[in-house]
Amino acid sequence: MAKMTKEEVIEVAHLARLAITDEEAIHFAEQLEAITNAMELLNELDTENVEPTTHVLPMVNVLREDKAEAGLPRETVLKNVKEHEAGQVKVPTILE
Amino acid sequence: MKFYDKTAAELQELIHSNEATITEITKQTIERINELDPKVDAFLAMNEEQAMAAASEMDNTPMDQRGPLFGLPVGVKDNIMTEGLVTTASSRILEGFNPIYNATVVEKLRAAGMVIVGKLNMDEFAMGSSNENSYYKKTRNPWNLDYVPGGSSGGSTAAVAAGEVPFTLGSDTGGSIRQPAAFCGVVGMKPTYGRVSRFGLIAFASSLDQIGPVTRNVKDNALLLQAISGHDEKDSTSADVEVPDFAAALTGDINGLRIGVPKEYFAEGVSESAKAAVYNALEVLKEKGATVEEISLPHSKYALATYYLLASSEASSNLSRFDGIRYGYRTNKASSLLDFYMNTRAEGFGDEVKRRIMLGTYALSSGYYDAYYKKAQKVRTLIKKDFDDAFQNYDVIISPTTPTPAFKIGEIIDDPLTMYANDILTIPVNLAGVPAISVPCGFEGDMPLGLQIIGNYFDEETVYRVADVFEKATDFHKKTPQLWEGAAK
Repeated sequence: MAKMTKEEVIEVAHLARLAITDEEAIHFAEQLEAITNAMELLNELDTENVEPTTHVLPMVNVLREDKAEAGLPRETVLKNVKEHEAGQVKVPTILE
Repeated sequence: MKFYDKTAAELQELIHSNEATITEITKQTIERINELDPKVDAFLAMNEEQAMAAASEMDNTPMDQRGPLFGLPVGVKDNIMTEGLVTTASSRILEGFNPIYNATVVEKLRAAGMVIVGKLNMDEFAMGSSNENSYYKKTRNPWNLDYVPGGSSGGSTAAVAAGEVPFTLGSDTGGSIRQPAAFCGVVGMKPTYGRVSRFGLIAFASSLDQIGPVTRNVKDNALLLQAISGHDEKDSTSADVEVPDFAAALTGDINGLRIGVPKEYFAEGVSESAKAAVYNALEVLKEKGATVEEISLPHSKYALATYYLLASSEASSNLSRFDGIRYGYRTNKASSLLDFYMNTRAEGFGDEVKRRIMLGTYALSSGYYDAYYKKAQKVRTLIKKDFDDAFQNYDVIISPTTPTPAFKIGEIIDDPLTMYANDILTIPVNLAGVPAISVPCGFEGDMPLGLQIIGNYFDEETVYRVADVFEKATDFHKKTPQLWEGAAK
């Protein structure tokens, strides 16, 4: 049975770009440990010679002609942007 | 006149004989939602003005240019993009989000002449089995308001069960249409993966998600699936296969039909009443000429673990797009760009979504990828093969939809593994990609139970035919919750 530590949860949360408090990390560690332990049921199965399935249907790439097409109007694209100026998306200062 | 207890065909008859107009039907639908929804809490954004305007315009369309769903009201799950109508997937991170295009299914609803009355509550990003994970409200089960409607399409099924609207769209990734359909005593179909375009569906797990119809009877369900099916060049995973006439498949004839009943779906944890209701249903179908045999889907017990690894992995990738930059919720507590991302996502997502993002991130991370993600993909192959083998000898597979009827609000929300177990009988279907429907088949106390009918790839016709024969031979679908008549005018 794998043990999930608070530190591991903090590391995973960081990879997933989720801010997390120590208290939350302890709570999630317990739950994720229970969940990952339940997942270990799969180890009962020998899958050495089994191909993985990514999609159930045969998939082919869909290509279109390499031709420029008009995109959405800028005004439309900016409709859901919280802050914008001169047609550009405003973000917090990222360089000191 | 009451419209809310009518089928599509009955409503069309009223319209075509000038006993009702689309405007009157739309108006009554909205009035009924306004009256009942303070109790049921199924709806998020309402589309009242546009719906009334569309209805009045449609009343001018010549009768001979109208299809079977023309002018009828429909509600749409809130993870499906509706241009100009707020779409949030019940998440804070999309609060106030106003789509700039329609999902393909929404374009198809409009092409069929349906009137969109509003958006339906769900578990945040379709992650959940009770509707308790919505950031905005908890939808209640119309059969008993202390109980959950199921999830994640709980708003879509509760609205239909309450008679608020006769048609809704849901989405089903691991049972999210069928489980709440069973809990609310309505008809819910998860089509074959690829049958319906996912363009404009906010992605949870792309290899599993499928949009499907929720209605009060099988015929209406077939009509609504007809309207939304078909290949879409905007979705490379939509299948380029012919769409048959689903309603025409309801011939009433199942003579010689071969039914397989998987013994693993009647194992520990499945309530006696759920089993008994299915055994009764099998007797009904036998009387209509079907043969019933016990079968084995040997890898069933591995489906839950396989599903949570794959769905969470896909979700962790799909939900990385929510960063607060171009749309959606933005934190106001950030001193760096990294802080901005981390706080936006921590404040914008609920606990269940965070749990799954972290589980998925963990399963995909270096050192664990082979042990978790790749292992699950391999087991998926075995689960799919179980179904492929069974459909060599059987036309449909029948089981309970859920192990138990609906549970009380708050009862298991803090116990993720118990919550996940709600979907043990529906999840294998998504992993295999085959179609399945849930139809009402009984009650435990006051709460409805569902019968799951699973079909072969792209054979929704047989699934509908069997469901229709069962429906016509029984009257479970005619039962309505107390609140139904309580609101009658």
